[in-house]
Amino acid sequence: MSQNTALRDATEKSGERVEFLVFSLGEEEYAVDILKVQEIRGYDNVTRIANTPDFIKGLANLRGVIVPVVDLRIKFRLDKVEYNEQTVVIVVCIEERIVGIVVDGVSDAMSLTAEQIKPAPEFGVSMPVDYLSGLGSVDDRMLVLVDIERLLTSEEMALMDSAAS
Amino acid sequence: MDISEFFDTFYEEALELLQEMEQILLTLDVAAPDTEALNAIFRAAHSIKGGAGTFGLVELQQTTHLLENLLDATRHGELRLRRDIVDTFLETKDMLQEQLEAYRASEQPDAAAFERICAVLQQMAEAEIGGAATAGAAPAAPVAASRPGPESAAAPEASTAAESAAGAAAPGSQGSDLLEVSLLGVGDKDRDLLIDELGQLGDIVSREGDAQQYRVTLRCSVSPDDVEAVMCFIVEPEQLAIRPLPAAGEAAAAPVGASEPAAAAQSAPPVTEPAVPVAPAASSERGKSPPDAAKGGESTSIRVPVNKVDQIINLVGELIITQSMINQVAESAAGAGALSNGLNQLQRNSRDLQEAVMSIRMVPMDYVFSRFPRLVRDLAAKLGKEVELVTEGKSTELDKGLTERIIDPLTHLVRNSLDHGIEDPDTRRAAGKPGAGQLLLSATHQGGNILIEVRDDGAGLNRERILAKARSSGISVSDSMSDEDVWQLIFAPGFSTAVEVSDVSGRGVGMDVVKRNIQSMGGHVEILSEPGRGTRTRIVLPLTLAILDGMLIRVGSETFILPVNAIIESLQPRSEDLYSMGGGDLLLKVREDYLPVVPVGQAMAVANAVQEVTRSITVVVQGEGRRYALQVDELIGQQQVVVKNLETNYRKVPGVSAATILGDGSVALILDIGDLQELSQGRRRERAPRPEQTSLQNQPEEAVI
Repeated sequence: MSQNTALRDATEKSGERVEFLVFSLGEEEYAVDILKVQEIRGYDNVTRIANTPDFIKGLANLRGVIVPVVDLRIKFRLDKVEYNEQTVVIVVCIEERIVGIVVDGVSDAMSLTAEQIKPAPEFGVSMPVDYLSGLGSVDDRMLVLVDIERLLTSEEMALMDSAAS
Repeated sequence: MDISEFFDTFYEEALELLQEMEQILLTLDVAAPDTEALNAIFRAAHSIKGGAGTFGLVELQQTTHLLENLLDATRHGELRLRRDIVDTFLETKDMLQEQLEAYRASEQPDAAAFERICAVLQQMAEAEIGGAATAGAAPAAPVAASRPGPESAAAPEASTAAESAAGAAAPGSQGSDLLEVSLLGVGDKDRDLLIDELGQLGDIVSREGDAQQYRVTLRCSVSPDDVEAVMCFIVEPEQLAIRPLPAAGEAAAAPVGASEPAAAAQSAPPVTEPAVPVAPAASSERGKSPPDAAKGGESTSIRVPVNKVDQIINLVGELIITQSMINQVAESAAGAGALSNGLNQLQRNSRDLQEAVMSIRMVPMDYVFSRFPRLVRDLAAKLGKEVELVTEGKSTELDKGLTERIIDPLTHLVRNSLDHGIEDPDTRRAAGKPGAGQLLLSATHQGGNILIEVRDDGAGLNRERILAKARSSGISVSDSMSDEDVWQLIFAPGFSTAVEVSDVSGRGVGMDVVKRNIQSMGGHVEILSEPGRGTRTRIVLPLTLAILDGMLIRVGSETFILPVNAIIESLQPRSEDLYSMGGGDLLLKVREDYLPVVPVGQAMAVANAVQEVTRSITVVVQGEGRRYALQVDELIGQQQVVVKNLETNYRKVPGVSAATILGDGSVALILDIGDLQELSQGRRRERAPRPEQTSLQNQPEEAVI
């Protein structure tokens, strides 16, 4: 919640718009702060890691840097998990760590004003409310704003050592 | 100019000076100290004092001041060195280092310790040289007495006239004096900077000269030492010459004052002469610095942040990978003679480049060994033993990351040797050995590894006692064990805690920690010991952690990498050599040994791995002291790989030590030999109570065969 208000405060104070990258998981449209996104790439072969949760797809070579790839669709138990030409990996940079997240597709970048950002819904989307920072409404579209930092550093994602032990 | 920017430079320089000071103190012949050595220690203390003053580090300045006075008296022969005096100097050096660390952490140094060390130094000054070195920050007595003027010219000690040449006009002196600052071989840019700096210290009266020698006359109220201290951050000391011009300054106003010091010097030439070689600081530095600089190698090295080096190393690693990718493509392209020639050239060039870049990270073992003379000296004194430390192979180079990590294990081994290995002088003499024990530290290259040895000529390990101790701590042993196996027992966890605890080696860190540390660096350790003759501990480490000789293996459709140095042999197992145990374990008979078989496919949960041992390859590996046979589908080949840490973006993975990128751009995991067996045992234990699940899990895998 505080995250939510902080976000709105920030947009209100600066009077500026915050830019989001919009992606889809199944039928739902999500958005992350575009400043956290490093790049977008196709889903390439990743190297499987044994003895890890199923949503951690493995390790990918990002120009010499080895990054873990997480499939959010598996993590949030979406019905359909397919890997096709539409499947993309959003490479995000969180706390100086680089992580790839697999999503069903990236549609566009969009800037939102403070009044377009509403409180996060308590239910009704696949992702737990803890990791949401609000809802964005643009025309007739509804975007679920994801607090990607909190999500990826959370213990249940098991991406970091502190979380593992 | 914000001077705080230079604090880091000062800190590093000061640490180096302290290190140098310690080294000289340790090698100093107390009975007949070398004048040059004494001068060097004095200069080190002096430089630190100057810097401390510039940065306003009061405690550091005062401590170095007291030390400097004592050192000054020492080199002038007023204070005769004794062992306890050297001890005090060493203690002061430690204190100075602590103060520096405190300043660096933006803390105040420990006040009690500061007062104590000042009291000790003052007491020594009073007792040994009759209080010539006064307390507090007051300038040294002889300097104050030699301020130019009629009364000092009349003073009989003409030798102080020479001293005044550089040491005059200490901070206490009122008014302003003229200084001539000569810049030798200083570039235009630096010169302008220096002149700016000088302008802040006082008024520039005149400036003239060229790049070879540029003279600035400065009217200021600070001492030449302080001027030098400020300028040393921009240029080397040997590029500077600072000379007070008392005569020129007062010549017009008081011709008497000007002529008298000259007369005094003339009238007593025999006295002035001996004073010349010991003329302090500024003027002496000019003559003596070149050999110093050559010795330290300072002028031929640059300080570079490690992360910059690591970045280059990473990039070169990428280059190698890209290059092997192109190679693969070129091999498949037909009739490309010229292309493959060019590529071969590129391959050689990139390998050379990689080697050159890797060598940047290499530092001589001296970095490690240099801390032991002090440790051994202090410990030997504490234990009442006589120990002669010999180091060999100081110039042997090792990866910087490894040198830092080898210090602790090595320290532990040295402590052990001193505490438990080398006997006290009486026992040694009774055994027909010289009273002083010998401790040898050596480092040599052996192929792609470095061999570090700690050898003492002490009593050696006691086989009976080790066996007894092992029995009492519940380790299964037999009297027929080979010596080699018995010595390995002391690396067992919890073993060393049973050894009598002394405050020297009983620090709660056992030999098992030593072994673990060394293994975590990809090395191993072994002990050779002979009763009455001594103990030898051999540590073998890879030269670097950044590159690994890997054996690529295939399991199912996945590729893994085994560290080549862990592999003993590989063989195709025959069914008559396989023995099944309870719980599904298999043992493989290799000559006389029965080794547990660990299927990589099972440990790493590979779906389509070959199940039948006889249809796969077994690789005999040694990890954490245990041997076992890894079951893999195929050996692909040997290749050097660039080690990439998984924890940078992810976390530790069980059974995996790191990862790398293969020629085709895919990521491959490097298996952790020590971890793998535990992992597979853990999995088996997990599965053992639920046999029905085991068979279920095995089903799809069996279908593949």
